[in-house]
Amino acid sequence: MIRFIVRRLLQLIPTLFGLSLLLFIWLRRLPGGPETAILGERGTPEMRAAIRHNLGLDEPILIQYGRFLRRLIRLDLGTSIATKREVTTEFLQRFPGTVELTVTAMVIAIGIGIPLGYLAARRRGRLLDHLSVGGSLIGICIPVFFLAYILKAIFSENLGWFPSSGRQDPTIGATRITNFFVLDGLMTREWDAAADALWHLVLPGLALASIPLAIIVRITRASVLEVLNEDFVRTAEAKGLTENVIRRRHVLRNAMLPVATSIGLLTGGLLSGAVLTETVFAFSGIGAFIAESISQRDYPVLMGFIMIIAVVYVLVNLIVDLSYSLIDPRVRVR
Amino acid sequence: MALLEVDDLSVTFARRGQRAVHAVDGVSFSVDAGEVVGLVGESGCGKSVTSLAIMGLLPRQPGLRVGGKAVFDGTDLLQLDDRSRRGIRGRDIAMVFQDPLSSLNPVVPIGLQVTEVLTRHRGMKGDAAAKEAARLLDRVGIPDPKRRLKEYPHQLSGGMRQRALIAMAVACQPRLLIADEPTTALDVTIQAQILELLKDLVRDSGTALVMITHDLGVVAGMCDSINVLYGGRVVETARRRPLFREPRHPYTVGLLGSVPRLDVGRGEPLNPIPGSVRDLLPWPDGCAFAPRCTRRVDACVGEPPQLVLAHDGRSYRCVNPAPVPAPREEEKR
Repeated sequence: MIRFIVRRLLQLIPTLFGLSLLLFIWLRRLPGGPETAILGERGTPEMRAAIRHNLGLDEPILIQYGRFLRRLIRLDLGTSIATKREVTTEFLQRFPGTVELTVTAMVIAIGIGIPLGYLAARRRGRLLDHLSVGGSLIGICIPVFFLAYILKAIFSENLGWFPSSGRQDPTIGATRITNFFVLDGLMTREWDAAADALWHLVLPGLALASIPLAIIVRITRASVLEVLNEDFVRTAEAKGLTENVIRRRHVLRNAMLPVATSIGLLTGGLLSGAVLTETVFAFSGIGAFIAESISQRDYPVLMGFIMIIAVVYVLVNLIVDLSYSLIDPRVRVR
Repeated sequence: MALLEVDDLSVTFARRGQRAVHAVDGVSFSVDAGEVVGLVGESGCGKSVTSLAIMGLLPRQPGLRVGGKAVFDGTDLLQLDDRSRRGIRGRDIAMVFQDPLSSLNPVVPIGLQVTEVLTRHRGMKGDAAAKEAARLLDRVGIPDPKRRLKEYPHQLSGGMRQRALIAMAVACQPRLLIADEPTTALDVTIQAQILELLKDLVRDSGTALVMITHDLGVVAGMCDSINVLYGGRVVETARRRPLFREPRHPYTVGLLGSVPRLDVGRGEPLNPIPGSVRDLLPWPDGCAFAPRCTRRVDACVGEPPQLVLAHDGRSYRCVNPAPVPAPREEEKR
């Protein structure tokens, strides 16, 4: 088990190396550069060249890459061209918000998706099945920002149940430790701060959950349908076991493997940017920041972000693989 | 009175826009307490569907219709609600299936798969259940049962898996055990052991056994009485000896004749029944076997043959049965 984890973490090194080299070159090849973002269309060629020189962008690409690598080893991601602040500082401030949002969305998607998918499979061809299959199609098709606006209009502006923007009410004056607002509130026992942060997560979390929810419902349903046809479910029925035991021990446990895989992929996807949702709810996560950095060709921020996302993906998939081995003894890791 | 009395059981799968399939079309047979009864026939003759219908294990789907009666110890199993059925299954009637690997849950240890029956029907938990599970595994001939309890199905051999399934089935000392081709997926050497084990178990506990098989060798070795099925109906019922000595229904004759024999010279062709099960005549139009039958006469087609009751509790469904044979030539030699 430990050896498996260590091996997977070591695999990260070549992955990160290859990924960074590829993207470094590709980013530099994109037309335009930070100087255009800074100067706009009006800058003279001399002014552009001066900025490029100041940023060290006029050196050969491999030398630039070498410098990037040297810093990376010390976990230094450099300074943002646009904000002039350390990239790590920017991330530490913004990434926790996105993580909280992702966790909220996945809790909603899993908590509703798995039971609903199971019920749809059990009542195949009946009303609930049609509703959940049709509903999940809508969930996949509906643009997230559109859903976000609708949720905001109904539950925030009309009914006033939830706040419409931000991560927390600034007038609470909450203490910051980790920048995970809910966690901070719990750690400092500022219960009102934790509750308020949680409250702010509900609407964007719901909007963001729509697509993962739809996918989880569908995968669970398909997987349960397959397992229900298995001989061992018939054996369990022949033993006269209660439906409850059959569902938990014999059906769901076997049906969870494909669901676990998709949960891993979906989580990674949400972490790498929920730009639209974050924008609609003025939620200061990483998504909007990255979108802006792309248009400004803020190379250090983009490279740092890609590195972090790669690490996150590997970690999430590691967790998925470990959960596999918990579920299925046949793929137990060595 | 019989322990299980199946009367005019029918199972129909209807699909919208398609002709309804009569998988079981009026099967009747009975099982006495402690008796071993065989249901014999080719694939698709309705023997498995019959057993699943009795157990209430047919996949719930629209268009499924089950008719007739299956009276077990005074209650009609087909009329029971889901809850009472679950109370009987595994406790009074248990079942062993064909493919032991796919019939076991791959992600649950063998031990739990045995103890869950004990917990459900005998209220046993924890150590007591584990102890009883080990005893059961030992009883069905699994060596080192304590260690096996912790293992998963993929770690056991095919024969072991079937033994484990049998242990689960007999865990509550059921009064009726239904074995649906329990040896088909196993090696020949293992097959004999499993049959021997089943025979032992039912003899020791007085459990009645319904043996579903296409293998006449199995039937000859263990069954007290035999029902031959064709096209979803019982075409001949007899005690073991009379059936093998003087089969009356041409289908039974064909089945017995198609068994390869060791005393026939090499290169002699086998004796298959011509045609296939798909050449079925729907029962209302006559005898379902008529299209393949060598003894077909005009009376076979038009209306279904009536069940003829002969002496010694045997019956057959045929208008032109095979004659009671004179001693066969091989036997004279």
